[in-house]
Amino acid sequence: MTAFDPTLRDDIIAAIPNLRAFAISLSGNVDRADDLVQETLLRAFANLGSFRPGTNLPAWLFTILRNLFRSEYRKRRREVPDSDGAFAATLTSNPDQDMHLDFEDFRAALDTLPPDQREALVLVGASGFSYEEAADICNCAVGTIKSRVNRARRRLGEMLAIENAGDFGPDMTTRAALAAVQRG
Amino acid sequence: MSGKKAMHDEQSEGTSGINDASLMETRLPGTTLGSDIQAKIGQHLRAMYDDVVRQGVPDRFLDLLSRLDEPAAPKDGSAPDTRNDGGGR
Repeated sequence: MTAFDPTLRDDIIAAIPNLRAFAISLSGNVDRADDLVQETLLRAFANLGSFRPGTNLPAWLFTILRNLFRSEYRKRRREVPDSDGAFAATLTSNPDQDMHLDFEDFRAALDTLPPDQREALVLVGASGFSYEEAADICNCAVGTIKSRVNRARRRLGEMLAIENAGDFGPDMTTRAALAAVQRG
Repeated sequence: MSGKKAMHDEQSEGTSGINDASLMETRLPGTTLGSDIQAKIGQHLRAMYDDVVRQGVPDRFLDLLSRLDEPAAPKDGSAPDTRNDGGGR
C-alpha cells in the first residue's frame, strides 16, 4: 500500500507553487522559503492523520507553513538579517522597463510592512483566501485580519501615492527608511 | 488556551498590534487613496506572487513526495504496482 491517497498527493502537489509564493513573502529569501516548504511537506506527511478529507487542504498546509516560520523566525531573527528583494530575485522575466520600476517601488514598499500585515495582505490579496480562512491560518479573529489588510493597503497606498505624485520626491529606499523609523 | 504556539502568537500580537494601530491613525494629510492606486496594489501583489506560482513545482519537492510515498519496507507483495492512480473515483 502506498502512503498517500493519490488524490491527496495530487492536491498537495497542486498547492506547492502557492506555498512557495507565500513562504517567499514571509521569509524574504528564496532558499529559506524552499526549506520552509520542504519542512511543511514533511510535517504534513507526518500528520496526515489529523487532516480531515474534504476540508480545506491548502489552508491546512498554509497553517503548518506559517507556524513553522513563526517558530523558526524567532530562533533566527537575530542571526540572519532578512534579505530584501526575494521576490525580485525570482522574477523570471521583466515585462517592460516601466513595469519593472513599478515593481521595484512596490517591492520596497511591501518590505516595509510589519510581518503581520504583510502576511494578511498576501493571504487575502494574492493567495485568494477569504478573510475567514486567513483568520484560521493566522490563528486570529476575522476582524484582526481585516484591520491588518486595511492597514497594509493604506500604508502601501500612501507610499505609492507619494511616489507617483512627484518625480523628484524621496526615493523608495528613503521612504522605506522613514517609515521604518516612524514605526520603530 | 492551547499549546505553546498559540501563546506565542498572542504575545506577538500584543506587541505589534496596538502601538501600530494608533500610529496608523496619523494619516498623511492630502493623501487620498484613490481606488486606482488600490487597484494597482492588488495588481502588483498578484503579479509578484503569480510569478513564483508560475514556476511550478521544483523537482526537489516531487522527489521528496516520491520518497515519502514509498512504503518504508517492501512488502512481500507480488504486485510491483505501476503507480496506482487508476481506479474509479
